[in-house]
Amino acid sequence: MRGTVASLAAELAAGSVSAVELATEALALAQASPLNVFITLDPERTLAEARAADVLRAAGQAGPLAGIPFAQKDIFCAEGWRTTAGSKMLGNFVAPYDATVVVRGKAAGLVTIGRANMDEFAMGSTNENSAFGPVHNPWDITRVPGGSSGGSAAAVAAGIVPAATGTDTGGSIRQPAGFCGITGIKPTYGVVSRYGMIAYASSLDQGGPMARTAQDCAMLLNAMAGFDARDATSLPRDAEDYTRDLDRPLDGLRVGVPRGWLADGVSADVRAAVEAGIVQLETLGAKRVEVDLPHAQYAIAAYYVIAPAEASSNLSRYDGVRYGHRAADYADLAEMYARSRSEGFGAEVQRRILVGTYVLSAGYYDAYYLKAQQVRRRIADDFAAAFAQCDIIAGPIAPTVAYKLGEKTADPVQMYLGDVYTTLVNLAGLPALSLPCGFGEGGMPVGLQLIGGAFSEARLLNVAHRFQQATDHHLQTPGGAA
Amino acid sequence: MSRPNGWEVVIGLETHVQLSTVSKIFSGASTAFGAEPNRQACAVDMALPGVLPVMNEGAVDRAIAFGLAIGAHVAPRSVFARKNYFYPDLPKGYQISQFEIPVVQGGTITIQVGEGDKAYAKQVELTRAHLEEDAGKSLHEDFHGMSGIDLNRAGTPLLEIVTEPVMTSSAEAVAYARALHALVMWIGICDGNMQEGSFRCDANVSVRRPGEPLGTRREIKNLNSFRFLQQAIDYEIRWQIEQIEDGHTIQQATVLFDPDSGETRMMRSKEDAHDYRYFPDPDLPLLVIEPARIERVKASLPELPAAMQARFAADFGLSAYDAAQLTSSLETARYFEAVVAAAGPAQAKPAANWVMGEVAARLNREETSIAASPVSSAQLAGVLARVADNTISNTIARKVFEALWNGEGESADAIIEAQGLKQVTDASAIEPIIDEVLAANPQSVAEFKAGKEKAFNALVGQVMKASRGKASPAQVNELLKKKLGA
Repeated sequence: MRGTVASLAAELAAGSVSAVELATEALALAQASPLNVFITLDPERTLAEARAADVLRAAGQAGPLAGIPFAQKDIFCAEGWRTTAGSKMLGNFVAPYDATVVVRGKAAGLVTIGRANMDEFAMGSTNENSAFGPVHNPWDITRVPGGSSGGSAAAVAAGIVPAATGTDTGGSIRQPAGFCGITGIKPTYGVVSRYGMIAYASSLDQGGPMARTAQDCAMLLNAMAGFDARDATSLPRDAEDYTRDLDRPLDGLRVGVPRGWLADGVSADVRAAVEAGIVQLETLGAKRVEVDLPHAQYAIAAYYVIAPAEASSNLSRYDGVRYGHRAADYADLAEMYARSRSEGFGAEVQRRILVGTYVLSAGYYDAYYLKAQQVRRRIADDFAAAFAQCDIIAGPIAPTVAYKLGEKTADPVQMYLGDVYTTLVNLAGLPALSLPCGFGEGGMPVGLQLIGGAFSEARLLNVAHRFQQATDHHLQTPGGAA
Repeated sequence: MSRPNGWEVVIGLETHVQLSTVSKIFSGASTAFGAEPNRQACAVDMALPGVLPVMNEGAVDRAIAFGLAIGAHVAPRSVFARKNYFYPDLPKGYQISQFEIPVVQGGTITIQVGEGDKAYAKQVELTRAHLEEDAGKSLHEDFHGMSGIDLNRAGTPLLEIVTEPVMTSSAEAVAYARALHALVMWIGICDGNMQEGSFRCDANVSVRRPGEPLGTRREIKNLNSFRFLQQAIDYEIRWQIEQIEDGHTIQQATVLFDPDSGETRMMRSKEDAHDYRYFPDPDLPLLVIEPARIERVKASLPELPAAMQARFAADFGLSAYDAAQLTSSLETARYFEAVVAAAGPAQAKPAANWVMGEVAARLNREETSIAASPVSSAQLAGVLARVADNTISNTIARKVFEALWNGEGESADAIIEAQGLKQVTDASAIEPIIDEVLAANPQSVAEFKAGKEKAFNALVGQVMKASRGKASPAQVNELLKKKLGA
């Protein structure tokens, strides 16, 4: 599908295309795609949503997004849709209620093309942890699309849909956006409701939009964000128009580059593209300053304590008692739990449950969980100090471009180390986005990460939009993959 | 068994008080008791994927009210934590509770233990009270070898109230439990229904030789009547002493009380104890309680039993025991105050006697509450007024009360009038009756003259009977003595 959210919205508004036509085209592309981006397609349901959007449009009640097709990450409960979170555990789970993000999407008239593939329970950086098979990167189908929102990123990059939802606990929107050459934003923690979004690590999880452009992300975020009384961590703030500052000039913008972020830890191709991106920002009027994030080096360790700790508790509800997978044979209650969970959860999920259970156990809690929370506090303080010297921080999303499928599956720690530039943002609860800034090894896209202070989404989107007005990286598309 | 020979008993209680909110502590589902299984369990209570808890502020207000009522510190910031364990009736695989920082800290409850000469008052110190959610219920019968799960109770708000280990007998434990039960109903935070599980006690019991450090405790779970609480503690004390005297040591354990056998039996040992892996619940922010909110709750509290007892003693000259009895429930206290208000402060002592005596006995017999008493406070005040002005005797007063209870008249006066119960004080009306009685009972007369006092009382009784109770006993006494030349 050609076009962005903005351009398709204009066509829909002009009446030159209908929601049903767009949905039909997207469904055809989805069905023809070899990338395994969708776990579930339900054309009847999709077309019903599209018809509803067209009716809204005909009645003159359509908002700007009515009729825009999108991929819904399979982590948002949507009534009537099978909602698996990429897990065999929920392979038979049809949600009986709508997540707040789904309610808001429906109200905006967005049309669900399908349920996007993902790493099981959002745990992973490659989408190889899906019980429904890996997603392939449209730029090179032998490579991973990133994760955990790999299906969402690949669906947009491949041109199947112009938009997708994602969730980001330690980089799961930004890293696949970077690997697939699209734009994605993780908002400030508490901006997008978590109600109905299947929990991985509650204090870190945050939903957000993924699309080709920053402008599209801003339009989508307008629909997704907002206070929700059903989420006690949702922030009671007035609604914002995230498109309001898109065209603001960047003159005088202070761009902080953390010391050491563009050194040995980053591959040469990524370093070059990110450097070029920062130079581009300077060309647009920004000033480069060096900042320090002295505790950033502990972020991965803290993240891989806190996230599994919360996950071990969040995933306790999948016990085979009320819904989800239950083992066929068991002798007693303990065996029912053990077998159901061993069969229903994949290896990475089980690994994180074990780690999380361990770090919360009596005698280890202080050494791991409490220590990790202290690190978290220090990282937030680091950011606060850095933002006294700069307006936004720029850096890489990941140390390398997308690597080969299977390349890192044998060594989970190697894979965790790839999250070095993303997890600290979640630990601090800050907004950050990824936008394409060039290409590296094998012609694979490279992402530039922009991090802002709390509630600076509009500013980040503004910087990314100005960048995209001046560059064409985001307009490149993988040849023939769709 | 208040103080077994050579042993000291140490008891601490943990009480789960179900808070009387209309909806659950973290969801909008109803808390009403007795619905069809799983009809009052919403997506949040069933722990569907993606759901989140939202604090029921009514439960917080009730916790604040409790904290104020016991003079505790109401924490300006407290923390919800997850208590992780697997059980089929625990849908999330964790219970949301409070662990390190509870909402209510400290406080005391004064208890009256025993009656008569041996009665004494004691201050029971509380450790804490914290908010948490209840679990569902497992139903192990009638499912063809499977277990059923009913999640209606899941998410019902509880206040867990924990004492210091300061009670030294089952009598003190029961007195505390009764006082707590009365208090939570008094301030309106719990319906107090023990059959439905609204008020359940766990008792931690240990014994030691005087002067020694605390013994190892065993915890008796889920006692839902005062009688079971007493029986279970008494059995446990006896059992522990026997064990130690037989040369065994007590192992820390959780036990259950079997009302049929009157014994406690092991549920799990310390080795089987769960590691609950508590950690702060990331779904719920700090529970912040502003001073203004505490003031608002304070303003809504009724006068507390302790204050009311002091007032009854000071204003009406009632004993501590009477004052405690009259404040056993807010309804009783209000009824008593209404009677006194209508009959005048001079009638406070008779009013107290009536409320604790005739009224309480009758309510007890009919298994009804004072709020539903067929005899209103105004009607009872009417009875007292007629006793006070000698219109009727106490005996007739009971008859009038009975008639009011049965709805035979609108007021004491109406019944006295309609049934001709007015006390007869005219000597000319009583003398003929006395003459008749004397003529009919020559035997008693002879015995009296031979010096038997009892015979005189028998004659008084005969005259009262013949007057159908309407004669004044004092006047009958006087006239009879005159006639007999005594």
